[in-house]
Amino acid sequence: MKFSGFRVFAEALKGNTGWRPLWRDPEPKSDYDYVVVGGGGHGLATAYYLAKAFGQSRIAVLEKGWFGSGNIGRNTTIIRSNYLLPGNEPFYEFSMKLWEGLEQELNFNAMVSQRGVINLIHSDSQRDSFRRRANAVILAGADARLLSREELRAMVPFLNFDNARFPIRGGLLQPRGGTARHDGVAWGYARGADSHGVDLIQNCEVTGFRISDGKIRGVETSRGYISAGKVGVAVAGSSGRVMAMAGMRLPMESHVLQAYVSEGLKPVLPGVITFGAGHFYISQSDKGGLVFGGDIDGYNSYAQRGNLPVVEHAAECGLALMPMIGRARVLRMWGGLMDMSMDGSPIIDRTNVEGLFFNGGWCIGGFKATPASGYAFAHLLATGSPHQTARAYRLDRFSRGYVIDETGTGAQPNLH
Amino acid sequence: MLIPHPILGSRDAREFIYLGDVRLLDRPDATRSDAEHSFCDYVFLRDNPAGVHRELWFHEQGDRSWLVVTRNTTTHEILGAELARDVALARKRSAQ
Repeated sequence: MKFSGFRVFAEALKGNTGWRPLWRDPEPKSDYDYVVVGGGGHGLATAYYLAKAFGQSRIAVLEKGWFGSGNIGRNTTIIRSNYLLPGNEPFYEFSMKLWEGLEQELNFNAMVSQRGVINLIHSDSQRDSFRRRANAVILAGADARLLSREELRAMVPFLNFDNARFPIRGGLLQPRGGTARHDGVAWGYARGADSHGVDLIQNCEVTGFRISDGKIRGVETSRGYISAGKVGVAVAGSSGRVMAMAGMRLPMESHVLQAYVSEGLKPVLPGVITFGAGHFYISQSDKGGLVFGGDIDGYNSYAQRGNLPVVEHAAECGLALMPMIGRARVLRMWGGLMDMSMDGSPIIDRTNVEGLFFNGGWCIGGFKATPASGYAFAHLLATGSPHQTARAYRLDRFSRGYVIDETGTGAQPNLH
Repeated sequence: MLIPHPILGSRDAREFIYLGDVRLLDRPDATRSDAEHSFCDYVFLRDNPAGVHRELWFHEQGDRSWLVVTRNTTTHEILGAELARDVALARKRSAQ
């Protein structure tokens, strides 16, 4: 079933009776070559690229709940590739390139909108550090532009430029950054994987790994044992819990990050604005809601909901930055589980169990990585070697001293 | 969240700063031959349980004491709090 403008038109004439479910609902088989644990964005993308880009077959995705029930449905939909460090930036730029072709690739409307991402500058030293970041971004083949105060004011005149504590002196713009429709990304990858023969299995919780002689044999699930040649785990905030079943302790803690959306308003925000000094960022959805967030709550949590102090803090920051939103009412808020790693960067690697692979530690920034994470993980699963842009994401980088610490805050997960 | 401070009574969690797993009290012995390995575990690896978690909180905007708080990470229910000093001393005594 191919989506097109013509199809929409033809269906309208037939009373929309021709639409079919986007994917099958197969019973799990007893045996697969590849089992991907976790049917979120990363897991579905992994299965899709395994089948499509690497020509593999006999693949299953096992999901405890429904597809997109985790962080792919709980994020703030921002895509960007404006990282500083050489271990990160080529990977995120690879992801951005995949975003740019995603809808054609999947024949699915993921509403990728490159409306620009602005990081605000408040001091001379911050401008210097952003200039350095911009140069690193450009060196990696991505785009970055330093904006003067006047240029920024022309783009976003409603900001409080003369805030006493954090006066706005300029901005770092990534014009190709923007937003995407988060659920659409999950559904698009699921549909794509299904059409390439991947078995997508929902309501199937992995309850254990069967390991013998240091090799993975399969997974125990709530729907019976499934044997597997290779198992890839991509379960985001539940990484610690799932990998503990394989006897592993991970360099990460699970934390809760909250996000908020206001009632629908007329278009006011041209793109994404981040106010790092105040722990606040905001964009506007196509429905008109202001989508915003702040920092993680800062303590270990598996609750998928946070506490009021952080809500208050984010609201205060928002009001300090954009006084005009003072009368907008918050419509909804929610929390997602972040697998906060010890250096703030992800892990895509094999483990000490042969055939068991791990993808996680995405901290607060996993959404933008979805396409590249899936591609790189599929590369690792299919070929046994890391994708060239994901070589730094090794599990043993902590013991070897090759951490990728973008914020420079050390082994303190709640500061990344 | 309200943290039941053993000296000051119930205090708002926003007066505190969170550090992490209470195992950070168990600093490895730097003189042992496997110190490199054990320090790597100590600095980077965490149990990260879903459920009861014992963790270090610092009462920064209060009496600046370190507490060991027992909390359920799936519900945020706080089950108790002790002075980290008492916990550390008790461990030292039991290790002797």
